[in-house]
Amino acid sequence: MEVLTGLMHGFGVALQPLNLLWCFLGVVLGTVIGIMPGLGPPATIAMLLPLTFLMNPASAMIMLAGIYYGAKYGGSTTSILLNVPGESASVVTCIDGYQMAKKGRAGAALGMAAIASFVAGTVGVVGLMLVAPPLARLSLAFSSPEYFGLMALGLAMVVLLAGRSMVKALLATLVGLWLAGIGTDLFSQTSRFTFGQMELLSGIDFVVVAIGVFALGEVLANMEERGAAPMIEVPKGLRNLLPTLQDLKDSRFAFVNGSVVGFLIGVLPGAGSTIASFISYGIEKAVSKHPEKFGHGAVEGVAAPEGANNSETGGALVPMLTLGIPGSGTTAVLLAALVLWGFKPGPLFISENPAMFWGLVASMYIGNVMLLILNLPLVPLFAQVLRAPVYVLYPLILGISVVGVFSTSGSLFDVWLLAGCGLLGYLMRKLDFPSAPLILGLVLGGAMERALRQSLMMSDGHLSILVSRPVSAVMLSLALLILLVPSFNKFNTWRLKALDS
Amino acid sequence: MKARSADFWSGLALGGLGAYIIAVASGWEYMGQDGPGPGFFPLWYGIVMAALSLMLMVSSVTGKDGSVIDWTGARSAFVTWGAFTLMVATLKLTGFVIGFGALTFFIVSVLYRKPVKVAALTAIGLAAGFYVVFPLALGVQLP
Repeated sequence: MEVLTGLMHGFGVALQPLNLLWCFLGVVLGTVIGIMPGLGPPATIAMLLPLTFLMNPASAMIMLAGIYYGAKYGGSTTSILLNVPGESASVVTCIDGYQMAKKGRAGAALGMAAIASFVAGTVGVVGLMLVAPPLARLSLAFSSPEYFGLMALGLAMVVLLAGRSMVKALLATLVGLWLAGIGTDLFSQTSRFTFGQMELLSGIDFVVVAIGVFALGEVLANMEERGAAPMIEVPKGLRNLLPTLQDLKDSRFAFVNGSVVGFLIGVLPGAGSTIASFISYGIEKAVSKHPEKFGHGAVEGVAAPEGANNSETGGALVPMLTLGIPGSGTTAVLLAALVLWGFKPGPLFISENPAMFWGLVASMYIGNVMLLILNLPLVPLFAQVLRAPVYVLYPLILGISVVGVFSTSGSLFDVWLLAGCGLLGYLMRKLDFPSAPLILGLVLGGAMERALRQSLMMSDGHLSILVSRPVSAVMLSLALLILLVPSFNKFNTWRLKALDS
Repeated sequence: MKARSADFWSGLALGGLGAYIIAVASGWEYMGQDGPGPGFFPLWYGIVMAALSLMLMVSSVTGKDGSVIDWTGARSAFVTWGAFTLMVATLKLTGFVIGFGALTFFIVSVLYRKPVKVAALTAIGLAAGFYVVFPLALGVQLP
């Protein structure tokens, strides 16, 4: 009953004409971003974040979330037509999607990707709506030690799955924690790591680091490869974009598999949509009566991963909104957006901001319908984005990044920091340091230090408080286990295999 | 460049950062009457950072991983970053519209090797677009 009331309230918010417009803009922009290889949702959301300060927060969240899940729809188009994933989560779709396209079934593959994305994306929103409120109530009992344990667990999960080298992922996290610590310590008013710069007393703005590492870093990395891959033409006419009844029948289980696996993986911090799509593809192949068809254009090989990466979006929002723990780079940027607008994601978020939460949930239902309508008949039009000259796109991103950062603070010092963070982002890519742990360390660093220091204040400085309370003890033990487990060769081989594939 | 030598140098740089964090944090209060001081948390992550950096350096020297980092395209990336930084450095002098236009012209003509006419049109079009959208339409101040 509470869910229904909340949902009605949410539709009241999401159906306001202005919010419908922002939702539409978000999903269209998300689709375009998803189609473009080399430009992901975290970079786009980070770049647009400064502009949202002029907007109503609920509308801004509806738009940014639209970019997030819209990109998942768009990513498949590039995978199917170019054999290049437009978005990292669509990498699995290349396997069978491109094969279908080569066999003249590009339309069916694109149509199936859109339908699977819609079905699983909607299931993911249902999951978010049903799981988030009870989880928030449960976490009301959490105090500082539990929060510290939870954040440590979240960071450990991200470190585990972020890159080939756990040492590098841990180091990236620590750099994020250090960046978060720059500025004035709120407990003692001591200025830390400011190098005598007045501008650093208030800390480093998250927007600067996020835009630098994600947007500038991506542009610099993309400047290395300036060639264009050959594209398969999209068949014209809606009829040619619809999968056959047999395709839909063959994909029944893939819809369920993608929806469930995607949501469950999404709830886990760090796992992310790429892993969700790989796991659902693996399950689909394992249970198929014709596993030999996989890799040669099996329609289920498109439906399962595309479903999973869309359902994951709903799952990923659960810990971010109810616990304040983001599980990926994109949710970290979304979390920072909420904080910058003056909200406090956590157990009280839903009860204190019902319009924001339920408005977001309702907008995601609406956004998924918009995306289905947009992606079926308009795929040929969206595919033209791939013909857009990159020599226009990359300077445009550089310009938006500068304006975005400068508009937040009005400080040229921040633009210098942006240049530094851009170089950092590029070098991290080159040297195989994952960027998500750095961003998560930066987002969680302040809260993590606060939770630790408050815990120790509660116990007069005894660290035993972290292990004497059952919930924090379990979480810290799990975090430790996660960090130690790769020392066991068998598990590490599996982990590297999963990351390699 | 071999990955392990890249790992060695990145480990050394991060080890230096870890040592700096430890040195600076040691000067702040570790534990006071009200609980942990400003040096408590940084000291610990500084120690972990230094230890992990050392591990990275050691494994790069002793490891058998001979995979290679391809730096062939890196020149374009560094040139782009250099041009971007030059634009930032001269922003006070030139203003955003001129600086950004020049950067765009450079990227299109030099890095993408497009004809001067195309580069000039792209630069003027984008710079003008920024001026119209941000200060004029949205009221957002440009650097």
